[in-house]
Amino acid sequence: MDYGHSDRPAGATPLPTAIKILVAGGFGVGKTTMVGAVSETRPLRTEEVLTESGVGIDDLSGVEGKTTTTVAMDFGRITISDDLVLYLFGTPGQDRFWFVWDELALGAIGAVVLADTRRLADCFPSIDYFEGRGTPFVVAVNCFDGARKYRLDEVQAALNLDPGVPVLLCDARKRESSKEVLVTLMEHAMKTREARRRAASGD
Amino acid sequence: MTVQGESADHQWVDDHAGPVVRPYAVTRGRARPVTGTFDLISLVTATRAEVTPEVGIGPEHVAIVGLCQRIQSVAEIAAHLDLPVGTIRVLLGDLAARSLVQVREPQTTAGLPDNSIFEAVINGLRAL
Repeated sequence: MDYGHSDRPAGATPLPTAIKILVAGGFGVGKTTMVGAVSETRPLRTEEVLTESGVGIDDLSGVEGKTTTTVAMDFGRITISDDLVLYLFGTPGQDRFWFVWDELALGAIGAVVLADTRRLADCFPSIDYFEGRGTPFVVAVNCFDGARKYRLDEVQAALNLDPGVPVLLCDARKRESSKEVLVTLMEHAMKTREARRRAASGD
Repeated sequence: MTVQGESADHQWVDDHAGPVVRPYAVTRGRARPVTGTFDLISLVTATRAEVTPEVGIGPEHVAIVGLCQRIQSVAEIAAHLDLPVGTIRVLLGDLAARSLVQVREPQTTAGLPDNSIFEAVINGLRAL
């Protein structure tokens, strides 16, 4: 039984499993800050150039003179172990970049929706998107200085969330607080997955 | 950060000027890789310590092989080489077709056999 790996081609290295979590929310809500707070390096930036594949989805009417659009995504990495790497991707803020969202959300284990109580409506599109896709998510209310404090059930009611969706306060600048958000998300994603499996086998 | 070596000749091409070589020039006009799909978190490792430029293997291919001596995701390769992800996918396709890199596509959540990955991530995060 210990010879299980012998059929691997000589010289091949077993590569770790990679998983991704998305950090979404309105512009300036602290997505990159949260990515940076928990990542092992400074957030990296990658760019996607809008090509023909995105043209049908992205409404380019009115901007005919512009032939390419570049969408920047900030991301970070947490090496959990030799066989497990977690990537955190901040989603691009603008609605017109949904085609990038689809690629990001594909295979994502879950999402953090960051909310600012002064501009709560900014996170509605993210919530709608993840509800529609069935991606497990939590809502983390980033506690900006000077923002009026609301009770979590008030936020939950204002966002019209399913009762099962966790809502918590956080400080996206702080590592411990951002870690707690991610742990809550992973626990929620695990429960969601189990519930779906039970529902599927019960039919 | 020093003034030394900053001649007027190359001051105009700083980071803000954008790439000097257009992305499609790097891929010789190709928009799609010859093989593979390459998710942003597909992990890539080089199968050789180095490669030398030859027909079909340009300096960017060589740079990727150099970078992937350590395991990197597609997104990380793009960020480090400062090229768009689409360009990196084409270049990785060339390298994969020649078996110069090994690629692991990510698993879907639905395809996970049990909760062990969730539990490992939760424990790993708590231990950070």
